[in-house]
Amino acid sequence: MNITKTLDAKGLACPMPIVKTKKAMDTIHSNEVLEVMVTDKGALSDIPAWAKSGGHSIIDQKEEDGVIYFYIQKN
Amino acid sequence: MTVNKWTAAQVARKVIENKELFILDVRNKNDFDDWKIEGHQFEYLNIPYFELLDGVEEILPKLPTDKEVLVVCAKEGSSVMVAEMLSDAGLDAAYLEGGMKSWSMYLEPIKVADLADGGELYQFVRLGKGCLSYMVISENEAAIIDAVRFTDVFINFAKEKGVEIKHVFDTHLHADHISGGRHIAAETGATYYLPPKDAGEVVYEYTALTDGLTVQIGSAKIEVNALYSPGHTIGSTSFVIDNKFLLTGDILFIDSIGRPDLAGLADDWVGDLRETLYTRYRKLAEDLIVLPAHFMIIDELNEDGTVAKPLGDLLKENHGLNIEDEQEFRSTVTDNLPPQPNAHVQIRQVNMGKITPNNDEQTEMEIGPNRCAVR
Repeated sequence: MNITKTLDAKGLACPMPIVKTKKAMDTIHSNEVLEVMVTDKGALSDIPAWAKSGGHSIIDQKEEDGVIYFYIQKN
Repeated sequence: MTVNKWTAAQVARKVIENKELFILDVRNKNDFDDWKIEGHQFEYLNIPYFELLDGVEEILPKLPTDKEVLVVCAKEGSSVMVAEMLSDAGLDAAYLEGGMKSWSMYLEPIKVADLADGGELYQFVRLGKGCLSYMVISENEAAIIDAVRFTDVFINFAKEKGVEIKHVFDTHLHADHISGGRHIAAETGATYYLPPKDAGEVVYEYTALTDGLTVQIGSAKIEVNALYSPGHTIGSTSFVIDNKFLLTGDILFIDSIGRPDLAGLADDWVGDLRETLYTRYRKLAEDLIVLPAHFMIIDELNEDGTVAKPLGDLLKENHGLNIEDEQEFRSTVTDNLPPQPNAHVQIRQVNMGKITPNNDEQTEMEIGPNRCAVR
């Protein structure tokens, strides 16, 4: 997987992880992949729901040491 | 315009006083469909906050302009953002302080009745979760039944009333919420009681709550009598208070009955549930006022916010008490059950003392409705 950009949103509370994810998404091109790191548990359901509403795909997701990683491919 | 901040207590008054309220819930659709702030006269619009990042113009036609809009989210952050956007657009907007998290934790004490010789019976209504706890007060003493985990609320209430907490009971080992019972007892020196049949795996000391146990509160003759009534769990025990009130725990609710499956033994316990509801309770006086440990829907609240109804009325009106055919009863309470409460396996372990999560982890475990009933 080629990661085009990484967003560190660790320690941020809702709604900032999504606000920043959206801004970062606006800077990459179609089919490119954004890596997002978050610690807010609310992101577990909110980021997939937001991605779905924008037509983006979550191509991978993992959790390590309390940090959640999302890999979002732009539509 | 400025954005107002509402507390869970203010929202609770709107529910109890049957007032109108317009709620813009900005959580995910799934979360909203699963669990929301219920009010008799509340209107709702559910739009996730992440669909409003570019502005609120599109939803303005769906919002009232003649009354305040209360924006609600999981913890608060997103609702502040959206309320500010609405305010900038000229609307009268507020947000709920602490979001659904604080709603889930809020407890409203309501007096159910005056008892003999100046005694009082209070119901602590946890509107956001549908949990009901009780405090019996007589002279300078108090007993608490089915306390939720916010121990300060009960301890401070007793202090305000100038009474000493002497007895703390759990009707059963809870699976939907974390009990505050043994912690209140430890802090106040009260005796903590739990039915031994539910306590097989608990790792702390407790006093056995057995059929026929009677304690007297104060020197006045207010008695709390235990009545073994298994079915939701094998240890489930009810209480008759002052010969007027029947505390049913999670066995019988106003508009539903307990489910026997939360400890994984539905088939074993369904017969006990039948026996309790169709034989044991039928031997009791019909004018006893039933006070359950939960409500499931807002319609179960009385006009004063309490959850209480005469046993005789329930025997006539409650569907779960009127299934004559035993096989049909069995299938009603074991097939097609609603989803189990969030984290019910872990919550039982917390209540056994096997795990000790921190406060945030406990809050996460208790998110969502209680789901202890079968309708």
